[in-house]
Amino acid sequence: MARHVIAAADELPPGTRKFLEIDGRPIAIFNIKGEYFGLMNRCPHQGAALCEGPLIGLAQSTDPGEIEYTKLGEILRCPWHGWEFDIRTGQSYCDPRRFRVKAYPAHVEPGASVVKGPYVAETIPVKVESDYVVVDL
Amino acid sequence: MNIQFRESSEAASPLAVKTAIADCDIHPARATRAELYPYLAKRWQHHLEVYGVHAYQGMMEGPPYPKAQPNASRRDAYPPEGGPQGSSLSFMQKQLLDPNNVQLGVLNPLNTGQGIRNHELSAALCSAINDWQIDKWTSKDKRLKASIVVGNEDGLSAAAEIRERAGDKNFVQVLLLSRNVEPLGQRRYWPIYQAAEEAGLPVGVHAFGFGGNPITPSGWPSYYIEEMVGHSQCQQSALASLVLEGVFERFPKLKMVMIEAGFGWAPSLAWRLDKVWQRLRSEVPHVKRPPSEYIREQVWWTTQPMEDPERREDLFDVIKWIGWDRLLFATDYPHWDYDEPSRVLPAGVNDDDREAFYLGNAKKLYGIA
Repeated sequence: MARHVIAAADELPPGTRKFLEIDGRPIAIFNIKGEYFGLMNRCPHQGAALCEGPLIGLAQSTDPGEIEYTKLGEILRCPWHGWEFDIRTGQSYCDPRRFRVKAYPAHVEPGASVVKGPYVAETIPVKVESDYVVVDL
Repeated sequence: MNIQFRESSEAASPLAVKTAIADCDIHPARATRAELYPYLAKRWQHHLEVYGVHAYQGMMEGPPYPKAQPNASRRDAYPPEGGPQGSSLSFMQKQLLDPNNVQLGVLNPLNTGQGIRNHELSAALCSAINDWQIDKWTSKDKRLKASIVVGNEDGLSAAAEIRERAGDKNFVQVLLLSRNVEPLGQRRYWPIYQAAEEAGLPVGVHAFGFGGNPITPSGWPSYYIEEMVGHSQCQQSALASLVLEGVFERFPKLKMVMIEAGFGWAPSLAWRLDKVWQRLRSEVPHVKRPPSEYIREQVWWTTQPMEDPERREDLFDVIKWIGWDRLLFATDYPHWDYDEPSRVLPAGVNDDDREAFYLGNAKKLYGIA
């Protein structure tokens, strides 16, 4: 598993997302209320750029007329056909058995720890005193 | 570290297809209402601003059912220069035509002047839309061909519009909608079929339209999802009417294209029509042959929404009955139920059928060399 430094933490504030390409894979990293999530930016259904879709909630119903709106802001809706995926796991809600988006764990690490990696020297100007968003691939 | 950052993901389809295709259902939009004014007499500009447009049913300020996404379109299809999805030629080229190697794109404008109560205004708006299609689209990109939009509820003025455009290579078909004041086989629409047959143009019947009737045979449904599946019911009624009123018998060279209502239902509708025709044909003596024969000889089908059964063999069975030479590939760009060319057809189709499906049938039907 390779570790990639994505951004300085303050460059990816809550409510934003960042699109990038790692080893040819299109990926997006989301900051949702201070939590970081990485997802493959390709819908497993017909290949749309999934991560350009809106973040919505999940309408669930136990009985007709009884509707609960859950997971607010944590469900990614494909910009083409509206398929819904859980940002935490990549799970599909319309066909969980057959479709899942690859999820990449992302988190924040102090600069002091990421500076040790072999990737830092090449392109990222690291300020050791800052925190960085890191994704494991 | 070697990471490429992007402002957003690329607009182009991530899975471009290499072989050329035809896209038989593209929806161009106007950025503003004033875009049509250069093609409308002052009298009608004034009319629009003072009186507006009166449709056959209410609630037309917005669509009668809320759509899945803004303008019922892909969220990634807003042009960078602003305006609604489908309103920019350069962005359509970048997002649809170039990456998918579209060799022929058939334009079907919606929200035009079809199905409104003032038939003179309807005719004027439709004619303006046709001029606008040439000016803004087909004259600027030779891959694009237009459909002649006609004021369908007045068959005579519709026929006049078709005759005026006949022979103009910018146009490849006549466009009707599936929901009208009456079923499409009725006499009021016959002048349209006569003019189209004379001009050698297929008549496309696109899903939607608001004719004042409930959008299902059993009344007004609650949900948009019911409207979506209702398009196939509506097209079935239209097709039954065309057969049973004798339109295909009367206009034997007429070619109809069923657009955006699926095709999986075609065999069962034809089987059922044949069965009842054998028992009840004395009621409709002008229908001289089994209904399925007219359907198989005179009807084509666009693919979006592509049927998607669990077993691909079921899909192939249906297509085998319809004929691999009768399907026209369509994306429905920029609408949200868009079909991605590289993903719609399962494996297991031979090269000839695949080529016919994606390109050959459309070129033949629309007379594109």
